[in-house]
Amino acid sequence: MAKFTKKKKKSVTPVSTASLPDIVFMLLFFFMVATVMRDKDPLVEIKLPKATEVEKIKNKTRAAYLSVGPPVDKKRGSDPVLQLNDDIAEVADIRQWVEDTKNSKDEEDRKKMTWVLNVDKETKMGRISAIKQELRQSSALKIMYQSTEDVKVSGNR
Amino acid sequence: MARRELAEINAGSMADIAFLLLVFFLVVTTMNSDSGMKRLLPPPLPPEFVPPDVKARNVYEVLVNFNNDLLVEEKAMNVNDLKAGAKEFLLANGDNVLSPLGPALDDFPIRGTLNKDSINGVIRSFEELIKQLETELEVASDANNIKAIEKEIKTANSSLNSSLSKMYAFEFFGKYAPLPGSALISVQNDNSTDYETYVRVNNELEAAIRELRDEVCLAKFGILFNQLDAADEEDKKKILAIREVYPQRISEAEPLDVRGFGG
Repeated sequence: MAKFTKKKKKSVTPVSTASLPDIVFMLLFFFMVATVMRDKDPLVEIKLPKATEVEKIKNKTRAAYLSVGPPVDKKRGSDPVLQLNDDIAEVADIRQWVEDTKNSKDEEDRKKMTWVLNVDKETKMGRISAIKQELRQSSALKIMYQSTEDVKVSGNR
Repeated sequence: MARRELAEINAGSMADIAFLLLVFFLVVTTMNSDSGMKRLLPPPLPPEFVPPDVKARNVYEVLVNFNNDLLVEEKAMNVNDLKAGAKEFLLANGDNVLSPLGPALDDFPIRGTLNKDSINGVIRSFEELIKQLETELEVASDANNIKAIEKEIKTANSSLNSSLSKMYAFEFFGKYAPLPGSALISVQNDNSTDYETYVRVNNELEAAIRELRDEVCLAKFGILFNQLDAADEEDKKKILAIREVYPQRISEAEPLDVRGFGG
């Protein structure tokens, strides 16, 4: 037996890990590109309603968000409040905010703005109607009710 | 010949560094892309605006109260039945595309009839009107006058487009029976209705229209409505034709305090 073992000198070739960085870098770049850094602190808590007939926001520079929900800071109570940019605001501030937001965009984006209503599902419609009236008066007509996509139950699919 | 080993830079730590970065981005990434239901608000009304009279039979009335209950066409309804109800409204009395022409039911809109020659006549007259207005625009000098003519051209154009849609629908579906222009779905909610219910109701109504559009599109053209390409000339016609037959007319009344239903 010793005869055979002597003949073959076993040399363990390690698995080359040279390609590992390449793979990891590939993943890294994917996540880097996919990452959207959160640019505003949420001051209101929002649980979105569900809907099936939804569209995605394709161009985020053409979207402006109005958030309505109970404040994160419990000292402010639990009544839903409106958040514009980084501040809690009043409904009456919307007109000025629409103006400012439009002015901060370039000519092409300005006409195609979508005003996204990011609203907690337990909010009463009275508040939202008031907000919508303000948007109408400010000629911000293209709106979107932000909602999480629900699976279509029936239909032709 | 002796093998010479290549001296390599040790790249082992590269993976570690990349992993570190990778983990960071993995943690930071939120994958949810924003989605939602798109709507177009009506422009602010002039103060002297008087709402037009619409026949009750032409309106599919949906009321939502403070308790998130639905009253549809004066009957209580579960939100799960709303889609079927809206479809029934849009198909009732026969549009000759998805539903056969039948005896006219009382509570649903009476269907119109279309004549190809008359549509073509209307299209021609609008085209002539626009041409005429354009020549007027060229010679006009007064700023106010130019504005007035431009406005007229705009309204003429929108009338022309709606007649063109009718023509396309006629070409694709033959003698279809159009909904009257005043037929619409009206949603009215209470100030204390939950936003979730509101979204749900709108979603069901939109789903009803989408499913009808998909159904007719699948039957006629073999693809779904949203697969039609608006940039393509022929598809664009199909889109306009289907929109003409199943228009998305959901109107939103000003919210009321719809306390209880009928006290």
